[in-house]
Amino acid sequence: MAEDQKKYEKPKNRRGTLLRLGKCLMQYWYLVFAALALTIGSNLLALVGPMLSGYAIDAIEPGIGQVDFPRVFYYTGLMVAFYVASSILSYILAVLMIQISRKVVYQMREDVFTQLMKLPVGYFDTHQTGDIISCISYDIDTVNTSLANDFVQILTTLITVAGAFAMMLAISLRLVLIFAFTVPLSILLTKLITGKTRPLFRLRSRKLGALNGFVEEMITGQRTLKAYSQEENTIRRFNSKNEEAVEAYYRADYYGSVVGPTVNFINNLSLTLVSVFGALLFLSGQMRIGSISSFILYSRKFSGPINEAANIMSELQSALAAAERVFHMMDEAAETADREDALALETVEGDVLLENVSFGYTKEQCIIKHLNLHAAPGKLVAVVGPTGAGKTTLINLLMRFYDVDTGQISVDHHAVCDVTRASLRRAYAMVLQDTWLFEGTVYENIAYGKPGATPEEVTAAAKAAKIHSYIKRLPQGYDTVLTDEGTSISKGQKQLLTIARAMLLDAPMLILDEATSNVDTRTEKQIQQAMRTLMEHKTCFVIAHRLSTIQNADEILVVNHGEIVEQGTHCELMEREGFYYQMYRAQFE
Amino acid sequence: MKKVLSVYLKPYYGRMLFGFVIKFIGTIMDLCLPWILAYMIDTVIPQGQRDRIYLWGLAMLVCSVLALTFNIIANRMASKVARDTTETLRHDLFEKIMWLSNAKTDAFTKPSLISRLTTDTYNVHQMLGRVQRLGVRAPILVIGGILVTLTLDPVLTLVLVSVMPVTAFVTYYFSKKSIPMYHALQRAVDKFVRLLREDIAGIRVIKALSKTDYETKRYDALNQELSALEKKADVTMAVVNPATNLFLNLGLVFVVIVGAYRVNTGSSEVGKILAFLTYFTIILNAMINISKMFVIVSKAVASANRIAEVIEVPEELMPVHCERLREDDYIRFSHVTFRYKPEQDEPNLTDISFSLAKGETLGIIGATGSGKSTIAALLLRFYEVSEGAVYIEGENIRAIPADRLRKRFGVVFQNDMIFEESIAENVRMGRSLSAEEIKEAVTHAMAKEFVEEAGRGYDAPVHARGANLSGGQKQRILIARALAAHPDLLILDDSSSALDYKTDAALRHELAAHFADTTKIIIAQRVSSIMHADHIMVLEDGKMIGYGTHEALLEQCEVYREIRDSQQ
Repeated sequence: MAEDQKKYEKPKNRRGTLLRLGKCLMQYWYLVFAALALTIGSNLLALVGPMLSGYAIDAIEPGIGQVDFPRVFYYTGLMVAFYVASSILSYILAVLMIQISRKVVYQMREDVFTQLMKLPVGYFDTHQTGDIISCISYDIDTVNTSLANDFVQILTTLITVAGAFAMMLAISLRLVLIFAFTVPLSILLTKLITGKTRPLFRLRSRKLGALNGFVEEMITGQRTLKAYSQEENTIRRFNSKNEEAVEAYYRADYYGSVVGPTVNFINNLSLTLVSVFGALLFLSGQMRIGSISSFILYSRKFSGPINEAANIMSELQSALAAAERVFHMMDEAAETADREDALALETVEGDVLLENVSFGYTKEQCIIKHLNLHAAPGKLVAVVGPTGAGKTTLINLLMRFYDVDTGQISVDHHAVCDVTRASLRRAYAMVLQDTWLFEGTVYENIAYGKPGATPEEVTAAAKAAKIHSYIKRLPQGYDTVLTDEGTSISKGQKQLLTIARAMLLDAPMLILDEATSNVDTRTEKQIQQAMRTLMEHKTCFVIAHRLSTIQNADEILVVNHGEIVEQGTHCELMEREGFYYQMYRAQFE
Repeated sequence: MKKVLSVYLKPYYGRMLFGFVIKFIGTIMDLCLPWILAYMIDTVIPQGQRDRIYLWGLAMLVCSVLALTFNIIANRMASKVARDTTETLRHDLFEKIMWLSNAKTDAFTKPSLISRLTTDTYNVHQMLGRVQRLGVRAPILVIGGILVTLTLDPVLTLVLVSVMPVTAFVTYYFSKKSIPMYHALQRAVDKFVRLLREDIAGIRVIKALSKTDYETKRYDALNQELSALEKKADVTMAVVNPATNLFLNLGLVFVVIVGAYRVNTGSSEVGKILAFLTYFTIILNAMINISKMFVIVSKAVASANRIAEVIEVPEELMPVHCERLREDDYIRFSHVTFRYKPEQDEPNLTDISFSLAKGETLGIIGATGSGKSTIAALLLRFYEVSEGAVYIEGENIRAIPADRLRKRFGVVFQNDMIFEESIAENVRMGRSLSAEEIKEAVTHAMAKEFVEEAGRGYDAPVHARGANLSGGQKQRILIARALAAHPDLLILDDSSSALDYKTDAALRHELAAHFADTTKIIIAQRVSSIMHADHIMVLEDGKMIGYGTHEALLEQCEVYREIRDSQQ
């Protein structure tokens, strides 16, 4: 945690965040300029209204029986036309702003996701799903709200302030001097407060992310929590996270909402000063009373929008903090890019060579030590050994989910770091212990690795994987939508579906990591023929506990503690009466 | 929404009222300033008395300071109320979700529950804070403005006020229209959460199959849908502001015209109309602020409704009074039939009956999807049986409160959950277990060796979803979890599938030696895992097609024989 703190408290470049947000906006510069023009237009129109009503009142001026009705109607008619126009204009402006923020936010969501897909697998192993979701949904949402609502406000403020300031200058230079004192004061105070609140808003975003991370994990594990009657306990733990989150929100909110009244106070202060000094100027005969009055009117115009702007200061800050988190994720180191001259593997023979490979997820813990292995094309290599011996890690390395620490892996005599990841991974078909299906139809799930597979191919694969008759019994057959929460599909059936998926791929190499661990042995036997066909002419890496399934392997690697302790065919290893022999015998004890 | 207001805000009505009063005073102080100013210009300055100018200047300063203080205090109180309300609301929602039955969780879906707990509660929080902070000044200005204009010219005020219902209607109409849109938007957020969870969980497969582009497209479709829904709702609400503006300004035009007639007949003066216009500007701005607030309110209403949907689910799985059986069987399933969905024709389990004495072991074997895990789920009362009954020590489990029932169990599910905590915490699962007990359980689960190996230890962190453990290591941690509290009843659902035979065999020896009193239900694929059980059940398509000992089944049950043969 302490380390975490340090990582986050590192001063971040706020200007950088603003600049990047600005860049996102400027992609749609034509829309932004249109919005700018409309804002200026509608603000100018705001001046016309009072003018017209002034003319109308002039026409009423003469008094009883003297009112010039035609002129009154003329001007009021103009007013109606004008107000209609101004409302339409402001509606267009609002829609335009919605449009702009929609585009920016859409792009941001897109960019974050694209980046997410580029991140190395390790990132997802070490970051909470809920926190990632929070960044993409909540944080981007916050930016969105702020863009749509606050941007126009800021523009309006700038325009009116500039206009009013010019008018005041024209009336009295000396009185404006008061603002030379109060304006820097309010800027200074705002800066001071926002400087103080910035970390608070960051904390708020982060705490909410942490809460979301917790919620996601607990809801995912709800079944387990219930089984252990951990509802109360989990609720208690939730309470503390919840409290932290609302407290962080509160603190940011509280300090953030000080800005509004403070700026307002300074405005009031300058109003007070203006009236007192104005009065003194009048007394010494240097100013007419009418001038004081109009000066004050303009200064009111000046302070109104500033107040408004100060009031949304906290929204702006939370948007900035959120944007910072989003950009932070975008800047997360992606998988090291393929080398520029990286080769795209095309026709792969399937000759895999591991030379002196060592690897550990952390520096302290070496999982694989000096591993040497050669799999000739079309050979079946089986990896066996006690759990935790590094078998799954081997797959992580073969697929380049992780890169080796030392040593080298090559495919068809090309070092894997010299070929493109996509082409390397496409060369493998993979069935993992942890099945993964997504919310889509059964058909889509099977055809996932081979877009454009014909219905015949899909059915054939399903039949070979002995899952066809189950699918047929589903309410909509192959068009049944699988939901993750669906209880009616068992883990073994999921495994059969992923096997069907792998059967559709034409990859020259195959990885089976406990592919049938949850399938009952009778079904396993039934799909064995199909599995054999699947493995034919392919370089296969098979990890299995049921040693019966790998007896016909060309080479069996017995791994223990990340090292190969024995190597050979089934018969050779049995004869040796070593580690393998013991493991084999244990099956029948 | 009503519920959120009445139930969750009620305790804070007093504080809110107090905060309102303070904000009111602060606002009045703020509004005093222009009044003093006008007085100074009209009366004090022409008199030319310096002392009085200073005096009134001082009064303005005092007002400013008071406005500052009161506004800050009021904002602080508002934020507090919003914080406390949200905290309770979120707590209640989470509590409800924790106690929600599995059937209900399936119906809501997990992504939706997650987004209700996060973005929806957040929307409500934001609304509560903003409305209290900004929602006082504007109404005061509107009401105050109308009162002042009433003293100027009641007839003209009536003209102005007559457009208010129209603006109110417009605001109400569009807010009402937008609420379902925001609701739809939140539903799209659910889908968004679902896809993200899915892709994060399946990142290895996605990368292996080079499907990142495809996933990006799937995501893009949702992103577009989300954008379109956001736009639809926002554009709908965008009408309110200009419309309010327009109607009020039209009201102003009427005021001028009616004013002209009244001046013509001598019942009003030009000066009054002029003053009227000044106040009108104040009223207009305040009204616009109020209409802006409705955007936030509409969004929050949609979210509050979604929260209420969950909170208002009636209490489920309450213990019901049932007669006790006399028999002394420890566990008895009596003609149990079960359907996951009531409308389903084919049951998932049909007429299951068996009984176990204390300390006995039941092995369940059968094809993939034959309903093995469902039996465990029913025993834990995750779902209510459709027909028949389940008894523990003669007591219908429907009569036992859920926590009392489940405290008897130690369970490992198929692909069970490993939490992002230390190894010890994963075993402890929040129970009051000593370090010794945890160590003991880890030893029984054959996990001691890898846990205690260099660089790890009991306090070693486990990554999200147990990513830094191998499949077999995960299973052993889970088994340690199940054993740690010495349960009366142990359910192991295919929990040794990732264990090698040697470890599996050693584990069985441990169980037999140290957990003799524990009644065990072992669901497995391998005959070797269950062949020593006192009873073995063979399931096929949810029906019991064999029940007996290993030897008996080998003689009577063809399917069992086939399974055995397939594993030779």
